[in-house]
Amino acid sequence: MLTRQTLLPGRHVWQLALLMVVATLLSGCGINNIPTYDEQVKSAWSQVENQYQRRADLVPNLVETVKGFAAQEQETLTAVVEARSKATSIQIDASSLDDPQKLQQFQQAQKQLSGALSRLMAVSERYPELKSNQNFLALQSQLEGTENRIAVARRDFIQAVERYNTEIRTFPGRLWRSLLYSDMPLRENFEATSDNADQAPQVEF
Amino acid sequence: MINCLRVALFALLLTPALGAQAQQQLEFPELTGRVVDQAELLDDSLETQLSEKLKAHEEATTEQLVVATISDLQGRSIEEYGYQLGRQWGIGQVDEDNGALLIVAPNARKVRIEVGYGLEGRLTDAQSSAIINRVITPAFREGDYAGGITQGVEAMIQVLGGDPMASSSADGARNDDPRGPASIFFFIMLVIVMALVRSGGGGGRGGRRRGRSGLLAGALLGGALGHGGSGGGFGGGGFGGGGFGGGGGGFGGGGASGGW
Repeated sequence: MLTRQTLLPGRHVWQLALLMVVATLLSGCGINNIPTYDEQVKSAWSQVENQYQRRADLVPNLVETVKGFAAQEQETLTAVVEARSKATSIQIDASSLDDPQKLQQFQQAQKQLSGALSRLMAVSERYPELKSNQNFLALQSQLEGTENRIAVARRDFIQAVERYNTEIRTFPGRLWRSLLYSDMPLRENFEATSDNADQAPQVEF
Repeated sequence: MINCLRVALFALLLTPALGAQAQQQLEFPELTGRVVDQAELLDDSLETQLSEKLKAHEEATTEQLVVATISDLQGRSIEEYGYQLGRQWGIGQVDEDNGALLIVAPNARKVRIEVGYGLEGRLTDAQSSAIINRVITPAFREGDYAGGITQGVEAMIQVLGGDPMASSSADGARNDDPRGPASIFFFIMLVIVMALVRSGGGGGRGGRRRGRSGLLAGALLGGALGHGGSGGGFGGGGFGGGGFGGGGGGFGGGGASGGW
């Protein structure tokens, strides 16, 4: 009787200790990795959107400035405005992030805006007054900075998705996913950024 | 059997660490001070002089500025190298991301001002570009690296101090909110002091209870003061005993680059 009573709390302590050890081991084995990486993917994505938005916000000002000096470049200017409105019409929130079609559309629209903008910048090289205009110079450097931020945000996003997908596909993560996180899909990643990356290479036999 | 299990467990614990390490491909010079002169462009006396200047700036504002001359960009563009260098070193305080780097790559003939998230509002892309194009690259073109770097750092400090580069009137969206937090702080202090005075003034029957609430208000005031102090002073960051370390600031590709 007496021994049983002293034994009982002891067993509880042991069970508790075991539980704690198991919990530590499990988190060491990365039981939390999949949701953590998932959150990182989402936040990296919002950074990508942010920076694209920042670029879109720069465009009207830039177009106005160029128009003041090079109104005859109507075609290039309209192309930029159209590409901008198309790009801003496609928004992807974190929940529809793994819809490959939508991601593709988003990329396509942004790429078009990149192209239109770089043509605009190339055209403006021809106008010396424009090139020495302070306002234009400031906008130009802001655009360059923003393009660079976009590149950084994209790279961060690609890395985050890579890490998340790797975690899901490789050993401990794979196990955890089948046990606990079966609702978490492999995520779509950005494709390579080279110009003809979307065209499959032609192979002739 | 137990041994086998142990080894397996150990391997399991190791895998994430290895995976994380494999992602770092770029090699960065060590952060030996506020001036890291890997490409040997500056002599020792100028280096100490610059370091002193940058240290004084951090002590005054908690903003960390670092000059880095890089001999090899390892095949990357200076933009791609720059933000990763900033992240690797963690320049800037961790919650404020208020760091900036002046990176000079003489072999690639490229220079870049890399700006942390927290400073992008003042050291804008346009300002950075103006510093590079008007101050730094003209000196570099004449081979005067020391002069270009020194004047560039001075211009960066000047712009960060709220005094933008001359004649770039385009960049009108400058904020003057340094006064904002201070006024809120004083307002809070005023309210607390009022509460204190009122609770102190009330004698008579409720005296004891009010005394206690006064104590509470005092504690609140103390807390607010302590918090304000840490927000303003922040000295810690990561330099102690003469050494220098990054505070853990973040970079997202802000800034500007130029070549000569």
